[in-house]
Amino acid sequence: MSVVAPSIGAPADRIEGRDKVAGKATYAFEYEQVNVAYAAIVQSSIAKGTVRAVDSAAALALPGVLAVLSHENAPTLSAEGELAVLQSLEVSYRGQIVAAVIADSLETARHAGQLVRVDYDVAQHDVELRPDHPRLYKPDRVNPNFPTDSEQGDVEQALATATITVDETYTTPAQHNNPMEPHATIAVWENDGLTLYDSNQGAWRVAQTLAPIFGIDVGQVRVISPHVGGGFGSKGTPRPHAVLAAMCAQHVQRAVKLAVTRQQMFTLTGYRTPTIQRLQLGADRDGRISAIAHDVVEQTSTVQEFAEQTAVATRMMYASPNRRTTHRLVALNLPTPAWMRAPGECPGMYALESALDELAVACDLDPVELRIRNEPDVDPETGNRFSTRNLVACLREGAQRFGWSDRIPEPASRRAARWMVGMGVAAATYPARRAPSTAHANAEADGTFTIRITASDIGTGARTVLTQIAADTLDAPIERVRVEIGDSSSGPAQVAGGSSGTSSWGTAVVKACRLLRAGQTEVSVDTSDDVDGGEPLTKQAFGAHFAEVLVDVDTGEVRVPRMVGVFGCGRIINPKTARSQFIGGMTMGVSMALFEETLLDPHLGAYVNHDLAMYHVPTNADIGEIDVAWIDEEDFAVNPMGAKGLGEIGIVGCAAAVANAVYNATGIRIRDLPITPAKLVGRL
Amino acid sequence: MRRVSEHRRRHRGGVALKPFRYERAYDERAAIATLAATPGAKFLGGGTNLVDLMRLGVETPDLLVDVRRLASDRIDETDAGGLRIGAGVRNSDLAADARVRTRYPALAEALLAGASGQLRNLATTGGNLLQRTRCAYFQDVTTPCNKRDPGTGCPARDGEHRNLAIIGHSEHCVATHPSDMAVALVAFEAIVRVVGLGGGREIPLVDFHRLPGDTPQRDTVLERDELIVAVDVPALTVAVNSTYRKVRERASFAFALVSVAAALDVVDGEIRDVRIAFGGLAHKPWRAHVAEAALRGSAADTDAFRRAADAELAQAEPLRDNGYKVELARNTLVRTLQELAE
Amino acid sequence: MAELATVTLLINREEHSLELDTRTSLLDLLREHLGLTGAKKGCDHGQCGACTVLIDGRRANACLALAVAHDGAEIVTIEGLAQNGSLHPLQAAFVEHDAFQCGYCTPGQICSAIGMLGEFDAGWPSHVSHDITAPNLDAQEIRERMSGNICRCGAYPNIVAAIEEVSR
Repeated sequence: MSVVAPSIGAPADRIEGRDKVAGKATYAFEYEQVNVAYAAIVQSSIAKGTVRAVDSAAALALPGVLAVLSHENAPTLSAEGELAVLQSLEVSYRGQIVAAVIADSLETARHAGQLVRVDYDVAQHDVELRPDHPRLYKPDRVNPNFPTDSEQGDVEQALATATITVDETYTTPAQHNNPMEPHATIAVWENDGLTLYDSNQGAWRVAQTLAPIFGIDVGQVRVISPHVGGGFGSKGTPRPHAVLAAMCAQHVQRAVKLAVTRQQMFTLTGYRTPTIQRLQLGADRDGRISAIAHDVVEQTSTVQEFAEQTAVATRMMYASPNRRTTHRLVALNLPTPAWMRAPGECPGMYALESALDELAVACDLDPVELRIRNEPDVDPETGNRFSTRNLVACLREGAQRFGWSDRIPEPASRRAARWMVGMGVAAATYPARRAPSTAHANAEADGTFTIRITASDIGTGARTVLTQIAADTLDAPIERVRVEIGDSSSGPAQVAGGSSGTSSWGTAVVKACRLLRAGQTEVSVDTSDDVDGGEPLTKQAFGAHFAEVLVDVDTGEVRVPRMVGVFGCGRIINPKTARSQFIGGMTMGVSMALFEETLLDPHLGAYVNHDLAMYHVPTNADIGEIDVAWIDEEDFAVNPMGAKGLGEIGIVGCAAAVANAVYNATGIRIRDLPITPAKLVGRL
Repeated sequence: MRRVSEHRRRHRGGVALKPFRYERAYDERAAIATLAATPGAKFLGGGTNLVDLMRLGVETPDLLVDVRRLASDRIDETDAGGLRIGAGVRNSDLAADARVRTRYPALAEALLAGASGQLRNLATTGGNLLQRTRCAYFQDVTTPCNKRDPGTGCPARDGEHRNLAIIGHSEHCVATHPSDMAVALVAFEAIVRVVGLGGGREIPLVDFHRLPGDTPQRDTVLERDELIVAVDVPALTVAVNSTYRKVRERASFAFALVSVAAALDVVDGEIRDVRIAFGGLAHKPWRAHVAEAALRGSAADTDAFRRAADAELAQAEPLRDNGYKVELARNTLVRTLQELAE
Repeated sequence: MAELATVTLLINREEHSLELDTRTSLLDLLREHLGLTGAKKGCDHGQCGACTVLIDGRRANACLALAVAHDGAEIVTIEGLAQNGSLHPLQAAFVEHDAFQCGYCTPGQICSAIGMLGEFDAGWPSHVSHDITAPNLDAQEIRERMSGNICRCGAYPNIVAAIEEVSR
């Protein structure tokens, strides 16, 4: 019998909370180093071509400049794609790293960086994504490893015979992750090895990736990242600057600090691909869907392929006998797109859930009821059972909390002074994934426990949640458990990505702590053999978003005073940090709906609004009341905690709920995000 | 293939954080003399825009003459019943001043609609008037820009310009002036008091900022050695019933798409006096003389407001992607006047 | 050649005198020269508020303040708020309300909130004050007044709750 109150389910404060509010949590760029040097990145000013020459003379002439690194003196690396820094003369996008300056101060490095002169042979660039682009191609797989296309039944036939059809194209712009902490690395070569203080979502991944690039064993690379100032996918894999920092440190034989500037983050740290999505739905008059086609066009770079899985959620979301999804890419002279919070599901569900709303209008059906009517019994794609699927419960609970019954289905029917008022709903889903991890656990002589795992807390609450999981497994209060994360020397572990962190790391923590409970005092575990197997099940989290919007009738300004999100995400380990995750995802969803858009200048071949004044993310004033709730759900098919990940589902579908609410408020359907005053004014 | 050299693609002075000397000025005449005698010298106020632009390499001074302790941080009554605002008065102090709030509410509101609380604590009155455009190309020294580097061209004209000018632009520049404060001050017919080597002069604010023409590198009529010492706001009865409406995508901490400063005096349903200025439309705060003339003496009703707005905006020449601003400016002005007439 | 200047500042009640490059921002002075890394660099252009500190009692962006221009000023950073090992009430409220996730914007948020509450107490209005001659600090006012501090994790509702608790 346990005498210790369970930690799981308790709204524990963040373990590092006191450090964070006191300014004592140390982030990557903040580790003090002896005899440190600073590096500054020099970027290409052309989008395609070849570097002819790099003239470093003016930079090197500045007192305090230690070196200029370019392709002319860079060491040869075993690297490909974006990480092959300074390995080739070829310029593949504007903003690519073409040189770096190392100096003894931040100011001198930055100044000298601008004195490096680069000559190019310029070639004609191609940066515009178009649905009829002649170089569209079909990638072999889409991220992380899904089939590119799917087809079941006869979609065309079903669309041709459907009573009601929706056939619309939705577009989403390029968006940049913009975590508050810019990507940064301190590189130190010592004792034949490389130590990196680095801002990332997986210290092991960084070590594992960089070691072969420099021809050393992974054990010779140590990556230290206990606190990370957000990532949202952009720190999920090492970025070119981390490689460059290590190169610079090697070159000058000193510790080198390198922080990517906010402006540089718009070319060097990944972004969400723009998408062009055609959605076709066929249904009967009662809204029963007979056909779904989701055809996606998106971009990658010429440096390496990233194929986002935009239509993948459509494969399992709603019952329909006839379904097709496709993904087509074009490789452009732009930086390589990468993960941004819920890659695939986020833009894809915006389109699908917008189309569902249009179908509800066409069928004169309540959009909540429409979704419930098309709820599948099993995964329509695979025929597998869902481990748990509480979408209908989320919709019903959300409708009640939100006051959905007050909505007037007829658009443009409600006014409050100068504001047009509308309500919208959309569904959410995200996979409940798990990957192998290792962990070490010690029962200390003083009755405390130490767990070491290369987990990453980018603001998710991972450190706190893992401590709660360990405490319950050990039947100990959390005060007696110390979880050490963010250090690659703890061994292989999953990255903080794909909402799989808690699930993956928690599985390893439980395994290790069970061994301690069984009497061992020092254990190391590996879950490689534990994370698969059993009945093939479709494991997904689900949710429902409800949004109320105000649209200024004169100006088209849109505000979101109120949202409700209800989620079925398995057991909630920490209600306090979980709620924050959901709120954060929904905030980014509002942002996607109304603000975020990286603007391309096709002539220049570059994204031009590359700072936080021009690339808008929400301010405090933009976010109203957010009511978050969850369905009582446990899913032990997912992991021994019964918990699904929740870092991403909050953003999925949220933009559609806002866009659907804008339609309800105004009668205007904006199908290209973001929904700005420019698109509404004059039409209200 | 074209061969291009980086340093030719980059504008001539574009070096971020070039070393500079720093002097703190305690004497007006000495400061002006120093500036006049030193090519590459700039006055430093709150620094919120100048330091920003130095870090981007857009501004590359050799010497900063810090006039923050020199400039008056006082707001005084003038003999004529107006206010004299020292050039060193912080934006936050000006917005909080009880006289400004009650006698010139649009000015307080414009200040409060600008930037953020912490920026308003640094930014000065003089510096606010001298802030430079937020056009993306102007701020990126790796792109051409006639304002930053005359003769290199204006990529915004055919590029990304959805938040740039619809009135008074030229083939050389389509930038907008970013200040909110200046829009309200233009509506209130403020006077900029400057001192230079040749003595002092007074410049009506409406003439202080320029249209770009073929010299977009010059934002204002200020001479290089001239220092703003104060801004005078005249006594203006109509200003008591004034407001500032700023339209932006984000609810806060964003530059205007369009803004309107308006003051209205209605007696028995007839407009006795009116002042209107737009922000976000032009290279300068845009005093709506045409609309004002149409409104003076007319009925204070929506039809009159619409006609006045249309008359003013008839001169708009929107670019490919910013035509929405015409409708936005029109609607915003009509709504603002309606609210003032209530 | 870098131009040097001597700068003396009172930082968290302790006097510091340094010979500095004139280019050095107050933020880089704190972070790179004094090891006070609590103030964060999020954008280096006054667009995010992560660097917010109190300069002579007022909240300001340390990234846009040249250190040399603030010679003689009194600076309070996040490290100077806790007294005798106990957190400032705002710091404690931020922990209690989970008013942060990654924590990177947090020191700036807290310093900004302290400055903001002082501004409110001084009777300063905001953009959303219905009566700009007599503002009232409700949630909408807090949101507007805190909008100079971007939180990409989206902790805004919790930040508002934490500040509301302390301001009551």
